[in-house]
Amino acid sequence: MSIDLKTIKHISKLARISVDEQRAKKLAGDLNSIFDFIEKLNELKTDNVEPLTSIAETTLKLRSDEVKSKNIREQIIKNSPQDNEDYFVVPKVIE
Amino acid sequence: MSDITKQSLTELVENIKNKKLSSTDVTKAFIDRSEKSEELNAYITNDFTSAIDKAKKFDQKPNLDLKLPGIPMAVKDLFCTKNIKTTAGSKILNNFVPTYESTVTENIWNEGAILLGKLNCDEFAMGSSNETSFFGNVQNPIDKNLVPGGSSGGSASAVAAQLTPITIGTDTGGSIRQPASFTGIVGLKPTYGSCSRYGIVAFASSLDQAGPMAQNVKDCALLHEVISSYDPKDSTSVNFKRNHYSKELTNDIKRKKIGIPKEYRVDGMPKEIEDLWQKGIQYIKDCGAETVDISLPNTSYALPTYYIVAPAEASSNLARYDGVKYGFRAKGENLIDMYEKTRSEGFGAEVQRRIMIGTYVLSSGYYDAYYLKAQKVRKLIKNDFDEAYKKVDAILTPSTPSSAFKIGEKTNDPVSMYLNDIFTVPVNLAGLPGISIPAGHDSNGYPLGLQIIGKAFDEQNILNIAYAMEEKINFKNKITDWWIK
Repeated sequence: MSIDLKTIKHISKLARISVDEQRAKKLAGDLNSIFDFIEKLNELKTDNVEPLTSIAETTLKLRSDEVKSKNIREQIIKNSPQDNEDYFVVPKVIE
Repeated sequence: MSDITKQSLTELVENIKNKKLSSTDVTKAFIDRSEKSEELNAYITNDFTSAIDKAKKFDQKPNLDLKLPGIPMAVKDLFCTKNIKTTAGSKILNNFVPTYESTVTENIWNEGAILLGKLNCDEFAMGSSNETSFFGNVQNPIDKNLVPGGSSGGSASAVAAQLTPITIGTDTGGSIRQPASFTGIVGLKPTYGSCSRYGIVAFASSLDQAGPMAQNVKDCALLHEVISSYDPKDSTSVNFKRNHYSKELTNDIKRKKIGIPKEYRVDGMPKEIEDLWQKGIQYIKDCGAETVDISLPNTSYALPTYYIVAPAEASSNLARYDGVKYGFRAKGENLIDMYEKTRSEGFGAEVQRRIMIGTYVLSSGYYDAYYLKAQKVRKLIKNDFDEAYKKVDAILTPSTPSSAFKIGEKTNDPVSMYLNDIFTVPVNLAGLPGISIPAGHDSNGYPLGLQIIGKAFDEQNILNIAYAMEEKINFKNKITDWWIK
């Protein structure tokens, strides 16, 4: 199997990471060598094996929906990359 | 007392309890040594000024019933610390200040410990050499220009160099045990579900566990006792009866059966590692335990499985870094362009590589071939251990296939870097506890570690085996303080 530049561009779109031509080439090389290594799994027959989906054999518990952290709005907003006291700011979405 | 930083955690606790030392004495000593050790680059953020304040406050009204009374401690910068910058070694979190505390660190402060600062690590804990950190690589105190291992490289370096009496790291595929082995210290990866993941920057949620890194097994048991707790805030935290690991620690391991898995004898493994393993087997016998040859037939499939499962989970977990609510943001022409540039400029090369792998294996048309396949093989790997544990109480292997390597030696070849974790990854995939203890030196004088793998939630047993072996091995770390001018 070989991952070509077109596939790299497609994945980078899905992953929301912009890559230029040079980086795409480097990534294609890296991913191909990693997937060569991963292909080893095809040696194993696994048709009748149940997939392991969770290592902790616990069932997910429900909890009541209560507010526990109060009055931290200011601290939360302070972490946002664009300064604003009231809300998170993003580039214009609606033309 | 000039030798404060040379004392083990257990000794420091004792000396504070019988008032031979104050918390201020101890805290100042570790800060002083940390300040002289900048060349190691073990810290990302220090909190020295408020650490001294907290120590003085402790000394005014000392609560000596606590398990870590006034003990200063630096922690890996993957644990969220309230009001203190938490970066995960990444540019994208360079200015992130959590509004909450991780459960594991909260448990530590509740027992009286004092935060010294946040320790360097590979970016988002992705790496085996601490070379992927946005804040630069960490030096191994064993020798100049030697990697400390990773991803908890700053943690390992800080304990080995005595900048902190003890620390906590996280281990997704070997990130506690491999750096512990490279720096000549003890590192425990607990059973999945033993320590809460709440407030730890997520990498691969089905594999991540926090654990102690210490100078010796007793210290390690004490810290494990503090950090292991049932936590409703982590949906995979397991509610089981936890031991008083340090109190119940014993070197009596007579008649224990220790498995020696033949598949860990990998091609191209240096003779020094094989010899170390043989020595380990002899120590086990000297302790009155017996060794049993066992087989874990799917061992060679563990790394390929890991490199599907871990990146897949990482690509989902790291989707949250979009430059909107916190962290770094790049300028973009529109919202999508902003996302793409933020993630391209904010994540380093290794993190991007893994997000790309994860996105690919989860993408339409490839899910069954990769992700589902990996989950099935993961089941086979777990079955191997289940089968082995019908015959043995624990398993002994080398911790790593080599000693620490030079900075830059493996950065251009991701697969050769990944091979570092060949002996540690199966343990995470099966959710088991594993401990690495220093067991010898290679011809360069670099430390080598042995790993003891236990049954799920059987930490006491592997701590006991490690404790008994430690006594026989009598390991001395060769630290020359080369970085102190």
